Amino acid sequence: MSDNAAPIKLFEKKERIFPKRVWGKYRKVKWVVMITTLAIYYLAPFLRWDRGPHAPDQAILIDMPARRGYFFFIEIWPQEVYYLTGILILAAVALFFATSLFGRVWCGYACPQTVWTDLFVWVERIVQGDRAARMRLKKAPWTFDKLWKMATTHALWLLIGLFTGGAWVFYFNDAPTLLEHIVHFDIPWSIGGWILALTFSTYLMAGFAREQVCMYMCPYSRFQSAMFDKDTLIITYDEDRGEKRGKHKKGESWEGRGHCVDCTACVQVCPMGIDIRDGLQMECIACGLCVDACNNIMDKVELPRGLIRYDTTHNQEQRRQGAEEVTASAHFLRARTVWYTLVLCVVGGLMLYSLTNRATLELHVLHDRNPLFVTLSDGSVRNGYNIKVLNKAYEDKHYSLTVHGIDGAEIRVQGAGAVDASALPVFADSVGHFRVFVSAPKQADARTAITFELIEVNSDASLVANATTYESIFASKRR
Amino acid sequence: MSDKNMEKDAITGVETTGHEWDGIKELNNPAPRWWLIVLLISIIWAVGYWVVYPAWPTLSGDGERGGTKGSYGWTQYQQLKESQAEIVARKAAYLDRFNNADFDQIKADPELYAFAVAGGTSAFKDNCATCHGTGGSGSAGYPNLLDDDWLWGGDVDTIHETIRVGVRFTHDESRISEMPAFGGMLSEDEIGHIADYVLSFTGEAYDGPGKALYEDQCAACHADNGTGGRDFGAPNLADAIWFYGNSKGDIMSQIRRPKHGVMPAWEHRLDESTIRQLAIYVHSLGGGEN
Repeated sequence: MSDNAAPIKLFEKKERIFPKRVWGKYRKVKWVVMITTLAIYYLAPFLRWDRGPHAPDQAILIDMPARRGYFFFIEIWPQEVYYLTGILILAAVALFFATSLFGRVWCGYACPQTVWTDLFVWVERIVQGDRAARMRLKKAPWTFDKLWKMATTHALWLLIGLFTGGAWVFYFNDAPTLLEHIVHFDIPWSIGGWILALTFSTYLMAGFAREQVCMYMCPYSRFQSAMFDKDTLIITYDEDRGEKRGKHKKGESWEGRGHCVDCTACVQVCPMGIDIRDGLQMECIACGLCVDACNNIMDKVELPRGLIRYDTTHNQEQRRQGAEEVTASAHFLRARTVWYTLVLCVVGGLMLYSLTNRATLELHVLHDRNPLFVTLSDGSVRNGYNIKVLNKAYEDKHYSLTVHGIDGAEIRVQGAGAVDASALPVFADSVGHFRVFVSAPKQADARTAITFELIEVNSDASLVANATTYESIFASKRR
Repeated sequence: MSDKNMEKDAITGVETTGHEWDGIKELNNPAPRWWLIVLLISIIWAVGYWVVYPAWPTLSGDGERGGTKGSYGWTQYQQLKESQAEIVARKAAYLDRFNNADFDQIKADPELYAFAVAGGTSAFKDNCATCHGTGGSGSAGYPNLLDDDWLWGGDVDTIHETIRVGVRFTHDESRISEMPAFGGMLSEDEIGHIADYVLSFTGEAYDGPGKALYEDQCAACHADNGTGGRDFGAPNLADAIWFYGNSKGDIMSQIRRPKHGVMPAWEHRLDESTIRQLAIYVHSLGGGEN
């Protein structure tokens, strides 16, 4: 403890990172993943899926005003939101699974934050040049050259942001129609607001926040790190081979020194701004760009590749002890990967089963509570019910409603026009509300258990095998 | 920040803040500066709220509750007014069509019918539920509107008329029916006989002096067979529904000194459109006649 210590610095300005261009196996994968995921994101809303005349033909659509979610052959109603829970569980388990197999691949390749940051860095490089040029430009005085380069970069970023926000709203509206409205600036504030908000957040997150998001905001990066074990694939620097590092001139002997030539190529390409040679760090998103960079250098100095590579700490230990490396099958077939596979299969199977066997007809009956029953002038008793018929099929249907469990029961539908219980009309993909009265002789019990049965009816009044029931009560006196 | 005097943690190589508790030293990993900036921006944002919205209590402010008013002029009352205006505007689309349609047209049009029932439901809860109950099932002395027994008639037009003019009320056209008090005119025995006979309409056969007395005194309004008369609001005595109770005592009491309910006329209290909505709603409760 010293008495004359400088004041403690609690906040630190972040250093801007200028990732250098690199080419190699993992960079190639990153390009492919980026192009694929962005293409899916931007184009998916334009995919069509025929559902007949009564439902939208957009393959992926979340229809907020109509309270419907569509995904190809799947349609969910608000009360089926548990499917969304299922998808989230699936996504979480899939993330655990991928992490236990390949480490933080999600972070390094597929995460939107990574993909858009990568895209923004690419724009930066096209306009301003590679790492060295960008660093020079940042320090340079504000000349016309700097001004237009900066302006172009930011304009392009904003444009990408605009497209990102623009694509987002297509998932909630009919894409081709909305596109036409957007082109003519004929959109409500709700949609314009979303586009602007996502334009700005894309610009902010991918243009400025970048690696700070992974380090300070993202919970997934943290709990993925928490799931690491000795068999997790991580980016490793082979210390035993690399040290002692130092500059190397062509023709010099490699005797008595390590293979790392201290060129810092791995540091220069890192989008997180870390030095992988310091070992595994929580910032590392396992994108593999340093692996590409180092391999290129190793090729140049004619040494074997793999000084920096995807490896496990288990393998490192094995090698250090002169033992054999863990085989690929042993690596992949571990207790946790087996468990995750099992959970994935069970959850995925359950979801698929329930989605493909989803009932297109549902009946809900709500017995009146105020009053429970009404005595009629002939001494018989009438009960009132609110009935909801959920027709989840894509065509208008008629249903016959009958009541079982009570003798001499008469059923009557109260509503506009002449609606009969033998043919309740319900429009395609909607809910039919019916006010239904059941009258019957006064029963001996205060409550009689009854069952409503709803059967689909053809236009020629014949019954269809599509039926459902609902248990209710018939009240006929005070308890 | 590389102060020579600053102590570094041996394992992590991170500087300590110099704070120590029981040998545990706090490491200093500085937070990013932008984080601090975001905090400051949030504070400035909050100050913006104070200016824009009513925020600070003062002793004699000009705001809604005596505090600062806020430059935006926002108040809860204003917001309520706006959302109510929105509802009125939404209703207006139907109201015109509703007002220009007759009851038969409304009953055939699902949209207008639903509109009328919805409007009637809320108007009923505000104005009628006090006596007739929120479910419309009434109570002793207050008619049950759900059953099929009507004093004045149960089709929409008649219900509409009853709501409009009221019963035994000060309205010029009010429905009036006064059953005489027989307490002074008939003896207790005679009243008992009549009660026995009235009970026989829905119960066991009766053969006694009550029949002649009934035909003499009651049948003019309640009809020979006790089915009542809607022209003068005379209750049906031959059904299972009893307004003031169905024990012999209850009936005798009603003959001796009848109770008469009063229903206000709603013509000048509610607008015509609301009364029409109420009529359709009451008609929809289950006992409506055609």
